[in-house]
Amino acid sequence: MKANYSVRSRKFAVSLLISRRAFWTTVFFALITIALAIVSTGMGEMKISPAEVLKALLGIGSPQSALVITTLRLPRILVALLVGGAFGAAGAIMQAIVRNPLASPDILGVTGGASVTAVAFITIFQSASIFLLPFAAFAGAILIAFVLYLFGWKRGLGSFRLVMIGIGLKALTGALVTIFIVLAPQILTSKAMIWLTGSIYGTSWTDVSLILPWFLILLALASICARHANILQLGEEIALGVGSRLSRNQLCLMLICVGLTGAAVAIGGAIGFVALLAPHIARQLVGPSFGSILPVSVIAGSFIVLGGDLIARTAFAPLDVPVGAITSAIGAPFFIYLLYKNRGR
Amino acid sequence: MTSLPTNQLWKWFGLFAGILAILCLFLASIVWGVMNTNWQTVMDAYLHFNGSNEQIVIKDVRLPRALIATAVGISLGICGALLQALSRNALADVEILGLNSGASLAVVVAMIFFGVSSLAQFTWIAFAGVAVTGVLIYVIAASGREGLTPLTLTLAGAAMAALASSITYGLLTVNQQTLDEVLFWLTGSVSGRKLEYLQAVFPYMASGWLLTLMLAKPVHTLMMGDEIATSLGQNTRLVKIMSGLAIVLLTGSAVAVAGPIGFVGLVTPHLARRLVGPGLFWQFLYSAMLGAILLLTADIGARFLAYPTELPIGVVTALIGAPFFVILAGKGSEKR
Amino acid sequence: MTLATKQLTLSYGEKPIIENLDLQIPAGKITVLIGSNGCGKSTLLRSLARLLKPVTGAILLDGRDIFQHPTREVAKQLAILPQGPAAPEGLTVFQLVKQGRYPYQNWLQQWSKQDEQAVVQALQATGLTALADRPVDSLSGGQRQRAWIAMTLAQGTGTILLDEPTTYLDMTHQIEILDLLYELNETEKRTIVMVLHDLNLSCRYAHHLIAISNRQIYAQGSPEEIMTEQLVRDVFQLDSQIAVDPLYGTPMCIPYGKGRKLAQRTAVPQY
Repeated sequence: MKANYSVRSRKFAVSLLISRRAFWTTVFFALITIALAIVSTGMGEMKISPAEVLKALLGIGSPQSALVITTLRLPRILVALLVGGAFGAAGAIMQAIVRNPLASPDILGVTGGASVTAVAFITIFQSASIFLLPFAAFAGAILIAFVLYLFGWKRGLGSFRLVMIGIGLKALTGALVTIFIVLAPQILTSKAMIWLTGSIYGTSWTDVSLILPWFLILLALASICARHANILQLGEEIALGVGSRLSRNQLCLMLICVGLTGAAVAIGGAIGFVALLAPHIARQLVGPSFGSILPVSVIAGSFIVLGGDLIARTAFAPLDVPVGAITSAIGAPFFIYLLYKNRGR
Repeated sequence: MTSLPTNQLWKWFGLFAGILAILCLFLASIVWGVMNTNWQTVMDAYLHFNGSNEQIVIKDVRLPRALIATAVGISLGICGALLQALSRNALADVEILGLNSGASLAVVVAMIFFGVSSLAQFTWIAFAGVAVTGVLIYVIAASGREGLTPLTLTLAGAAMAALASSITYGLLTVNQQTLDEVLFWLTGSVSGRKLEYLQAVFPYMASGWLLTLMLAKPVHTLMMGDEIATSLGQNTRLVKIMSGLAIVLLTGSAVAVAGPIGFVGLVTPHLARRLVGPGLFWQFLYSAMLGAILLLTADIGARFLAYPTELPIGVVTALIGAPFFVILAGKGSEKR
Repeated sequence: MTLATKQLTLSYGEKPIIENLDLQIPAGKITVLIGSNGCGKSTLLRSLARLLKPVTGAILLDGRDIFQHPTREVAKQLAILPQGPAAPEGLTVFQLVKQGRYPYQNWLQQWSKQDEQAVVQALQATGLTALADRPVDSLSGGQRQRAWIAMTLAQGTGTILLDEPTTYLDMTHQIEILDLLYELNETEKRTIVMVLHDLNLSCRYAHHLIAISNRQIYAQGSPEEIMTEQLVRDVFQLDSQIAVDPLYGTPMCIPYGKGRKLAQRTAVPQY
């Protein structure tokens, strides 16, 4: 079994098996993403070289760079990483539960649901604490997940049918989001618009602090539940046969997925296709084991949003295109390619 | 589900009733609104014009609006019926299949990058947009082991719709268009559109209507399957091309004048089927009629649901149509 | 560990498939369920594995209702290989077999020494050690099925249930699998319960045969005891002659029907 690293500690009663391929892929990909993050931090109206960025991060750079970086650039980069990572994780979990490569929170309308309640929260409860925003988004996401469950999952409908229902829900939530935007007071309109396509324009340290706890906690939970997600891939009967508490595990995983989606949407809006793309990239790189897919999917998601945001910020300078438009431009053709590959399932 | 009026008399009666309903809604649309008017004002606007605010609103805003809603409603209704018949898929709709968004994107691109601004040009570009999108999703869905199935077609359409609307949105925000403009090109609107726009596209719309009605019988035969239709002597290729042309005309002209309004063509064929049974000619007629009724009602609703703010009409139709779609999809009735 | 049913009734929707069935699975033996298509043998097997809830009656594991046991504990005693299992693309044999250790793991302990041993042994017993890092979908039909059986072996249970493990395999691989199961029963004394379609292979490999017909057990016992022309007629609606397998001495069913009739060479011994 040279393909794996075995980690055993009698003192801490821990034993893990880590796939070599997954480990090094994760490390490599993480390094690339960090490199991109550093370069991206340097890009903008005031160009800062990567070396200068590193110096600023270490506290030894010039004061002007440090100022720009810490107040403007860094929060946005961190948000991109966290939002992308959350979407990546959510997508990986959903594909494991639904067992269909076309499933993702945005295609199934869960992202849309989160958008509706998020935008409603912003426009209706203007004075409420912003820390409640992820909870509002979470509520919407849960609602849609519940509808999906009632209409599709419970009846034992195939996953294609589930995707159809999701498409309808997505259209419905899109209409509702538009209503809120139209009804919103003028000042909030542009802020509300991010929930149409997703954008991380103007994000601040507050946003980082909003999403960070959700991200860390839910990701930790997902890692703990990784082997439950893994066994689902062999089919329900096998899972039951090896003693998996199927319904409970599916519910837990769904809740984690919905939580991650809600948090990501609350901060970055409905950035489409990331949750679809990232797990696929992960699967191509490290194979089907969920424990390997999860970290790679997180990093892939971060990379996509980071890259997308970089393009969004710089390609049409000085204008700021919503990052959702970029990810859709890449993601939709990919989705179509997936459809082509999956025909007849 | 057996249809309720199975004999001709009932069908004619229903049609008559429907047209009456359209007239009523039409008039209601003119009278009701944010600015309160009444019958007398409407009559005066045409008989004893005195330049008052109300009268101007009636003539320049409400009348065009009602006419556009009626015309677009008819187009979308009949187009939806044709689309569902052609694809043998009760879940087909121009919005779900991305045809709307594709047309919209084409126009936005032309507007931004090529400075196109005349409605006549918009119309032709919208046609191109519908055609290109349609061909794309057809090719994607049909190129596979299973060929064209309702599911792959819908999914291909959904991807196109998401892609097109995202890029449209992106382009519009980059070009700093106002919210109203953005919403127009994303969800459509029948208000604030000049009567000349309707006049410009009307020939295409009317051609679309006529063409579709003429296609009723051939498409009915085609629905039985390509092989059967060919063995009955039909030129299936011609029928398909003409149907495609009809869809392009109807959707393109609707989008050119009112933006991408979806879901009208999803709901009306179902109702039409319930009312008049499987005969396509009557289905088309009823679907057209119901489309006008639906859109007029939606337009009135858009004015009052969020009084005094007006909602975009595409939102109202989505509010009706999307739950309808979800329930249909959940029932598993994708084969007719 | 004892596995039995008591007054078991199973149904899909309104129609009962199995009605008031009492059954005792003999420990340490190979039991085969036979019956015509749709008679409920697969349904029965799946309910034994607690995959299906009974309408009335109970499945008893060690005398207690199986649904009363925590599912994880059951998994340490019973393993099931359903029909036509599908592995995700790219999953290696090793990764598949490792999944069998699920009931013994928790989030901290995912690869204990016992886990490793069990997997290694399972791979050895099925002769797949050399193929451990190959993707399951790249294997031949027989090898693939062996991989799935290895997974159930790694689960370390005393009883293994298999639903038509040979149905999609050609003859060579059918024998390969059945031989493997026979060996496991001989050497490790695991109880094997399976549904098989092939009557003659069932007679050859089974210690205990259970014929299901008309929502009930028609007969059960060793193949020599119960295999009669009457049984074949009642259960399969087929006229036949029961002969003695010239190689193994077990009962062999030769069905009547159409086909070329060549001159008989020798008289075939009969039961």
